[in-house]
Amino acid sequence: MNESIEFKSKYTVDDNGYYGQFGGAYIPEMLHHNIEELQQKYLKIIYSEKFQTEFKQLLKDYVGRPTPLYFAKRLSEKYGTQIYLKREDLCHTGAHKINNTVGQILLAKALGKTRIIAETGAGQHGVATATVCALMNLPCVVYMGEVDIERQAPNVKRMKLLGAEVRPAKSGSRTLKDATNEAMRDWIANPEDTHYIIGSVVGPHPFPDMVARFQSVISEEIKIQLKDKTGKENPDYVVACVGGGSNAAGAFYHFLNNPLVKLVGVEAAGLGIDSGHSAATTVLGKLGVLHSSKTLFMQTKDGQVVEPHSISAGLDYPGIGPMHAHLFDTQRAIFYSATDDEALAAVKELSMLEGIIPALETAHALAALHKIGAKKEEVVVLNLSGRGDKDLDTYIKAMQL
Amino acid sequence: MNRINLLFDKKNKNIFSVFCTAGYPQLDKTVSILENLEKSGVDMIEIGMPFSDPTADGPVIQKSNTIAIENGMTIETLFNQIKGIRKTISIPLILMGYINPAMQYGFERFLEMAANCGIDGLIIPDLPLHEYEFFYKEMFEKYKLKCIFLITPQTSEERIRKIDDLSNAFIYVVSTQSITGGSGGFENEQALYFKRLKEMNLKNPCIVGFGIKDKATFEMACSHLNGAIIGSAFINTIENSTDLDTDILNFTKKIIQN
Repeated sequence: MNESIEFKSKYTVDDNGYYGQFGGAYIPEMLHHNIEELQQKYLKIIYSEKFQTEFKQLLKDYVGRPTPLYFAKRLSEKYGTQIYLKREDLCHTGAHKINNTVGQILLAKALGKTRIIAETGAGQHGVATATVCALMNLPCVVYMGEVDIERQAPNVKRMKLLGAEVRPAKSGSRTLKDATNEAMRDWIANPEDTHYIIGSVVGPHPFPDMVARFQSVISEEIKIQLKDKTGKENPDYVVACVGGGSNAAGAFYHFLNNPLVKLVGVEAAGLGIDSGHSAATTVLGKLGVLHSSKTLFMQTKDGQVVEPHSISAGLDYPGIGPMHAHLFDTQRAIFYSATDDEALAAVKELSMLEGIIPALETAHALAALHKIGAKKEEVVVLNLSGRGDKDLDTYIKAMQL
Repeated sequence: MNRINLLFDKKNKNIFSVFCTAGYPQLDKTVSILENLEKSGVDMIEIGMPFSDPTADGPVIQKSNTIAIENGMTIETLFNQIKGIRKTISIPLILMGYINPAMQYGFERFLEMAANCGIDGLIIPDLPLHEYEFFYKEMFEKYKLKCIFLITPQTSEERIRKIDDLSNAFIYVVSTQSITGGSGGFENEQALYFKRLKEMNLKNPCIVGFGIKDKATFEMACSHLNGAIIGSAFINTIENSTDLDTDILNFTKKIIQN
């Protein structure tokens, strides 16, 4: 039996699909058949020998794993601690998102599905989905908010080049949550032939758990690489940005059971937590049901979803996944937030100090480095979830380059 | 006895039900729309409680939700509007909406207020059967409210039997695998599905919704099952109405008069 399937923690999903009081599958009856099928089959499929062989092969030869764990010398000097960057930005397509899409497309094939849909915010998950659909020769429709289509134009073109159809979500705030609504509506209308590749650890059970498992390769590699470099496999801190929370889930996963490893999630504060233009869910959110999951999200007192704001399209989501809500609730993870301006400053800093241009999402994690209080001899692993190519237009405007 | 059960006791075919969104097209029109619907021969009404992210609904109902929220509609406001409703309306009234706003209002308080206003049942599309059975069933029974479940063409016979067992009002038959407001007509596939349901001899009446938009689709559904619900087509009718009394009467006439 694979080590990962046996990995149990009070912070991972329970037999009913919950993380403490969070999670579940609050789905309309129209999705019952699909979700039930997934719930019954996903573990069996993804831990079959055939799946694991193909999954690992693709992660190695196609995605380019393992990604390096890089000791960032100048950044470490600046913050007076030992900082290692987990280079998910070097994955094929430029972010961690592809770990999940490779897994889910293999799952979709095993389920006999012939059409793929996805939602995307920054476009990274859309590109990663379009990529694996091209690889497996499956038709692909990506829903993307109209606002995001505009601010992430290069990724829209990439998806088109890869053969995907990009459909604009025109309702609500026309960002990630609305793209998610549209994808769910598509799935309701096409339940038999279609698999919905959700891009984050959100949505009804088993999606949060499934996506976390596919992303857990990040922390699996960190352990091995860190031991190789420092002689011990556990860092003192793991830091990652959190929108829905998939890269953080992957980076935290194999450290969940070790309380000595401090887990740090960084949310987008937008223009500031109290500005009315923020996406800092753990501060501003309340318990409710969003996208078929019981979790924390930003809402009015009447239970209407509040439209979030972040300069980063990938963090512009009003909620967090149920696993993170539980980590926050139990204080297993600590959450900070970074504003748009702090994130931009962090982009500049990493570019100048290390020659690495990070994605805007990732920059939020970097912007929290001075807040965590790591000591000189302590080891901090920061998950460098994506590269900044897609954000160049934003950087050009904001920094007057 | 619950008004839904009373209705089906005296009439078990051609049940004509209409869905409207509370607070749409104007905030203060909810009650007069309900009164007009009863006057024009509608048997039962679903009152939609607007939600910002209605994932099972098509563009027409989505838009009515957005406008109703902009108009200021909330659960609190709705209860204030309908608290005297039983002085003027006697047909069954059902609240329909997503679970989150009711959770934020306080779910038990929500049921209590609904019962006090004379509501007969609830349709909460994203309240799963499993959760209902284990956490909510007793609460519904305490306030003598019916919980109405959906079935779809994909729902297995075993699950339909279970839903029939747990229900004591009617079963909401989603006509096609789609969101609300479908534009296509009914085909042989629907006829076979409706026939299959009829032959199951369920203890609850079956009312068809989703895709019922005119006399033809209404009559087709009624020819197999006990009645049908019109939603999006009604929302479209009242969208720009300047004379709700007349427009509602004309709309219902087109569906139920020979």
